[in-house]
Amino acid sequence: MTNTQNDAAFVEFERVQKSYDGENLVVKDLNLAMPKGEFLTMLGPSGSGKTTCLMMLAGFETATHGEIRLDGVSINHIPPHKRGIGMVFQNYALFPHMTVAENLSFPLEVRKIGKSDREEKVMRALGMVQMQDFAGRRPTQLSGGQQQRIALARALVFEPELVLMDEPLGALDKQLRETLQFEITNLAHELGITVVYVTHDQTEALTMSDRVAVFDDGRIQQLAPPDELYEAPQNSFVAQFIGENNTLEGVVQEIKGNTCIVKLDSGDIIDAIPVNVSAVGDRTKVSIRPERVEFDKNRLQDGAHTLKAEVLEFIYMGDIFRTRLRVAGTDDFVIKSRNAPDQTRLTPGQQIEIGWLAEDCRALDA
Amino acid sequence: MTDTAQSGPVLAADGRPLKASLNRALRRQKMRAMLLIAPLLFFILITFVVPIGQMLFRSVENQIVSDTLPRTTQMLGDWDASTGAAPDTPVFAALTKDLMVAVEKKQHTRLGSRLNYETTGVSSLFRKTGRKVDDMGEGYTDQFVDLDPKWEDPVFWADLMADPAASALPMTQDAYAAFADTIISEDGDDPREEQPWHTVYLSLYQDLSAGADVGSLPAEVATAQTAAVTFQTEDLIAAFADIDEDWLSVDTWQTIQTYSPAFTNGYFLNAVDRQKTPDGSEWRPEDQQIYLTLFVRTMIMSLTITFSCILLGYPVAWLLANLPMRQANLLMILVLLPFWTSLLVRTSAWKVLLQQQGVINEIVVWLGLVADDNRLALINNATGTVIAMTHILLPFMILPLYSVMKTIPPSYLRAAKSLGATNWTAFWRVYFPQSVPGIGAGSILVFILSIGYYITPEIVGGTKGVFISNRIAYHISSSLNWGLAAALGAILLVVVLLLYWAYDRIVGIDNVKLGG
Repeated sequence: MTNTQNDAAFVEFERVQKSYDGENLVVKDLNLAMPKGEFLTMLGPSGSGKTTCLMMLAGFETATHGEIRLDGVSINHIPPHKRGIGMVFQNYALFPHMTVAENLSFPLEVRKIGKSDREEKVMRALGMVQMQDFAGRRPTQLSGGQQQRIALARALVFEPELVLMDEPLGALDKQLRETLQFEITNLAHELGITVVYVTHDQTEALTMSDRVAVFDDGRIQQLAPPDELYEAPQNSFVAQFIGENNTLEGVVQEIKGNTCIVKLDSGDIIDAIPVNVSAVGDRTKVSIRPERVEFDKNRLQDGAHTLKAEVLEFIYMGDIFRTRLRVAGTDDFVIKSRNAPDQTRLTPGQQIEIGWLAEDCRALDA
Repeated sequence: MTDTAQSGPVLAADGRPLKASLNRALRRQKMRAMLLIAPLLFFILITFVVPIGQMLFRSVENQIVSDTLPRTTQMLGDWDASTGAAPDTPVFAALTKDLMVAVEKKQHTRLGSRLNYETTGVSSLFRKTGRKVDDMGEGYTDQFVDLDPKWEDPVFWADLMADPAASALPMTQDAYAAFADTIISEDGDDPREEQPWHTVYLSLYQDLSAGADVGSLPAEVATAQTAAVTFQTEDLIAAFADIDEDWLSVDTWQTIQTYSPAFTNGYFLNAVDRQKTPDGSEWRPEDQQIYLTLFVRTMIMSLTITFSCILLGYPVAWLLANLPMRQANLLMILVLLPFWTSLLVRTSAWKVLLQQQGVINEIVVWLGLVADDNRLALINNATGTVIAMTHILLPFMILPLYSVMKTIPPSYLRAAKSLGATNWTAFWRVYFPQSVPGIGAGSILVFILSIGYYITPEIVGGTKGVFISNRIAYHISSSLNWGLAAALGAILLVVVLLLYWAYDRIVGIDNVKLGG
């Protein structure tokens, strides 16, 4: 929705660090500001510190250093139950000894809200997730998707402004996951709540979020809207982690404004745009998306560098063709082409030449 | 489901009903499973179910009286205790015959001890009488022999009794048969070589004076019948009274009469402080009532122990379930440590700690909390039993609690807190209800174990801290009143089953988890 940060930050991490054992930092110098109403996803491999960040925000972990602010107020020393943050857990954490309605009215009861108010709010929250008919059931009598909906309703029923979600769809099958992704984003935007969503599923991150923070090694590697993240990764980790990616290694030979020439380790020369290489002679990992690789010479710019490639494998995937090539000494260079009537189907053993637009090829850190 | 209802039973490929096919397919598996558990099943049957069943049977079984005194109990059927008079001579005659057999078979002392449970003094009464009973009826023997020396001849007796016409002398036949049986089985002698007991002559006299038709019997019998009218009668009542005045007491006879049926509820009445009377039952005298008090005390103390175990065990189980692995393992070893120490050692250790000059008293006196001449009585009373038993049974509470708590994910507490609950509310509304199955399992274990505990109360309980099981043990090993012990045990069993049933109704037995 928005990637500008002129709104006053609603959630703010400032120089936050976290260590469990006093020897290793799980979160290293985290700085993050979220405007109200944003849907932000923390994406990263396991152990990257994303869940720790979420737990610090929820109040279940204390920051070793730094400050976390909610709506301008430092919450470092506020216990979890006073933060008023809704949370959806990975395993739903619905209380098994209570019915659905009791689960939902629990946060209202501890807030001492009157009975009639409570019932009304519970039914409204169940309505939001289309689960009104299940009020009297026990969580164990519900399917995974239904439980997830209830967990969501429970996190929303006391009308928090900030909702945290810790891999909420991790245990569901693909189809259900997609439906719920859609429902969660719609609901979040309708209610105007701010959401911090943790996942290790990049598709989920890309489809749901306003912005995605890619975590690795206790740091945010890149914080950007999904399209920017995919098309303009700032470093090789992000390029590798988001979507499929071909990597070629080499040395920067020449930088000319916003293009550069890279000499690969195999001796081949290619065009790229310099992203985080600064000087001639830097080692670099060149990243190129499979669908941006061209093997039809007519579509390439004049004078573009090309590489020789041998087709190793051709996989028919329905909507696309996936072809594995041997390029510049690597066996796992992949290209994807749309299944269109005029599309060429390559055959294994075929020798072709491939190339790309210089702006699709990004020279990143080594 | 619906289409089976419409088209009848589902058939297997071979046309047989699917259910039958499935059963056939599973039969082999079931048989194999049965074979696997068969050794344990037999073991349990032989060493557990059968002995316990037999033991419980003893609580109502009472054949010893009618087996030992068959004639007396039969005769006593018509006697009415409310007349206030001891029975007539025929009853004493029957008693003489019964006792003669019992003495020869050495059963009268056992019967004496059995009846002594009901009326004290009966045991010695029987023992005393047993020593003299073989002289009873001697007067009749002498008079028959004086009449005709043939009556002294064992062979004459044997032939007479073998005569089919001897059925005219039913009592004599009965007494002779008892004599012959006993001679053969107890002494290994031949009845043809032994002169019958005096009781046989007594019976003969009774038969003859009752006017038996002896026409088809040898002439000696008819002669004896004629002469018997002039026989000097022997006063059996006086003879018994001479041995012990108690034979004239209505109480003695009432006891025998009350306990003559083969089955009795007497043990159960005793077990609840009542006693059997000819017309129903009544409370025992106040100073003899102990069992109800003991039952109530056992229940209350077991509940106290269970409750103490919950109080002490819950936090420990919580720590076990939530500490990091290393520390949890260490703690677990500490919890299990008592299991590796002998029960007696642990209980005796409490004796050392709790006694008046013991460690704890010394400390509180030293601290000045109690005066030296007012030391706490921590042992040989209910307090001692509760302390020692709580310690001994604590692991049985901690382990089920721990295994249930282990399965409660920490995310529930976090979820509760994120929803706005304080630590206490989160614990009480979310964590505690989920740990209830563990409390249930632990409580059932501890309660049932403590209700039947015996060694610890015996050592540290004194008189005020013993359980009903100590009384059962006493009756099993000291007083040898196994029937009463069985009745007490049966009542205890029923109480436990009732509590279990109540627990199932109130909490639900599905709510008991020993783990996972």
